[in-house]
Amino acid sequence: MATRRLWDVLLYAFLTAMAVVFLAPLALMVVTAFKSTREIFMNPFGLPASWSLEPFARVWSRASFSVYFRNSVWVTGASLALVLTCASMASYAIARLPFRGRDWVYLFFLAGIMVPVRLGILPLFLLMKQLRLLDTHWALIFTYAASGMPMSVFLLTGFLRSLPGELREAARIDGCTEFQAFWKVMLPLIRPALATVAIVNFVPWWNDMFFPLLFIQSDRLKTIPLGMTIFFGQYQTDWGLLFSGMVLASLPLVALYLVMSRQFIAGLTAGAVKG
Amino acid sequence: MDMLDRWLGRRVHLAFLLPGVVLYGLFMVYPLASSLGYSLFEWDGLVREGFAGLRNFRTVLLEPPFSVRFVGALKHNVLFFTMTFVIQSTLGLLFALLFRQKRPGFGFFQAAYFLPYTLSLVVVGFLWLLLLNPLWGGFNQLLRLVGLGQWAQPWLGQPRTALVSIILINAWRWLGFPILVFLAGLQAIPAEMEEAARVDGANAWQTLRHVTLPLLAPVMGMVTILTFIYDFNAFELVFVMQGSSGGPAYSTDLLGTFFYRTAFGDSTTGGEPGQVGIASAIAVLMFMMVAAVSWLGIRLLQGRQVEY
Repeated sequence: MATRRLWDVLLYAFLTAMAVVFLAPLALMVVTAFKSTREIFMNPFGLPASWSLEPFARVWSRASFSVYFRNSVWVTGASLALVLTCASMASYAIARLPFRGRDWVYLFFLAGIMVPVRLGILPLFLLMKQLRLLDTHWALIFTYAASGMPMSVFLLTGFLRSLPGELREAARIDGCTEFQAFWKVMLPLIRPALATVAIVNFVPWWNDMFFPLLFIQSDRLKTIPLGMTIFFGQYQTDWGLLFSGMVLASLPLVALYLVMSRQFIAGLTAGAVKG
Repeated sequence: MDMLDRWLGRRVHLAFLLPGVVLYGLFMVYPLASSLGYSLFEWDGLVREGFAGLRNFRTVLLEPPFSVRFVGALKHNVLFFTMTFVIQSTLGLLFALLFRQKRPGFGFFQAAYFLPYTLSLVVVGFLWLLLLNPLWGGFNQLLRLVGLGQWAQPWLGQPRTALVSIILINAWRWLGFPILVFLAGLQAIPAEMEEAARVDGANAWQTLRHVTLPLLAPVMGMVTILTFIYDFNAFELVFVMQGSSGGPAYSTDLLGTFFYRTAFGDSTTGGEPGQVGIASAIAVLMFMMVAAVSWLGIRLLQGRQVEY
């Protein structure tokens, strides 16, 4: 019994030490966000003299952070709407409609899971240029939605196949068109899977810097990760502001995780475990 | 709607497939497939010139400075993946096994280890750039505070430590994800199988070794493949922390930064224009490596597929 107690003490000590490794940098980031640059140098590890929200307000207004934030919300939101529409319709056809070659269509979508779209960035860049979409949010929205298709189709098809097929037939017999059967009967049933797809896609898109870096030039069109890089160069002398900006950039996803952690975890692990 | 439906008749699946196929075909399949074509031509800026055959590949693989950078970046990617893999499969699995027991405080620890994953790599990069600042960064100050001042050094400024620092920072950001996936995989294993082993007289270690881990193998394989795909395309962290040339002295250069520099020019050398053909050849080589390893991994996984 005594050795068991000792093990427990050691185990919790180890877990706590690891928690410090993971949380201390984040805690330092948050605390520093409240400090003035002078305070950061004088007292790097202590608590700030005041917990005023003023640095955040300054970042929000002065550094066009509110613009970046709005852009991020719009780009991820529109990409999600597009991928959810296209993927749920395609998955419905693959899972529920009988037609020749549907295994090939399924394979066509699945093939993309293994290849990141960034390897095609050069032709993609030229394509966007020809379509006159460079330096618009549409370049990002189409790229994200297209790159989200393979995983989304995979998850939704699996989920749709697990539903009883009689539902669609009953709806059809009751006089629904195929679109109505899909829209009124199937979509409400696959809501949990749609939430999963939304979470799987939302995280990498919200955090992405690669495509905005290449597609977006105008400052007023930048998303948060790209805005941050500009911001970092611009305010490198004002460390306090920088930390406030980093905290603001991180808040949405941290909040999403803390509020929806169960759904969040289910979403992120869905593809990997069943795959 | 009714008339449209009747007109479509047995072709109604086409209407459902069309938006997805167009979107995915145009903005993902077409660019990926054209990369192959791009790599076979000479380019002057963004204008395509004559057919080059395999000359671009020859340049990447055999002609300095490209070949030197390519081999260097490839080595860094291999180290990047190997270290990440070791950290993930040991720490990730260890924590998942621990967190499976529902004990007081474990929910908090799990959340704590996961939080960095929600940060954007840009924020992670800047945060550690500030923490590792040689003059006043928190990390070296901490070392001095606990009496290890002689260990303090410019971690990101010297070739010997820069890449390993970035790999560890990357692991710091990611570790929560494999823990989650392993945990979900463990929870999918029916409790009876492990209980049966215990009843048959196996001790905890034997149960883990002969029952739990083999059942977890497919999940482990999946995490490994995902890590591999990600690590071969890693870019952001190095770009944010060390610039597009993977400084100091190319010691943190990855295939991702090498590709970016070749394709879009390098700001550190006065912005020389990109070399589309050579960059496409690099992308095709990366593509082939990712596809080959993923395919092999999936083949191996299917061989070990378990039913329970």
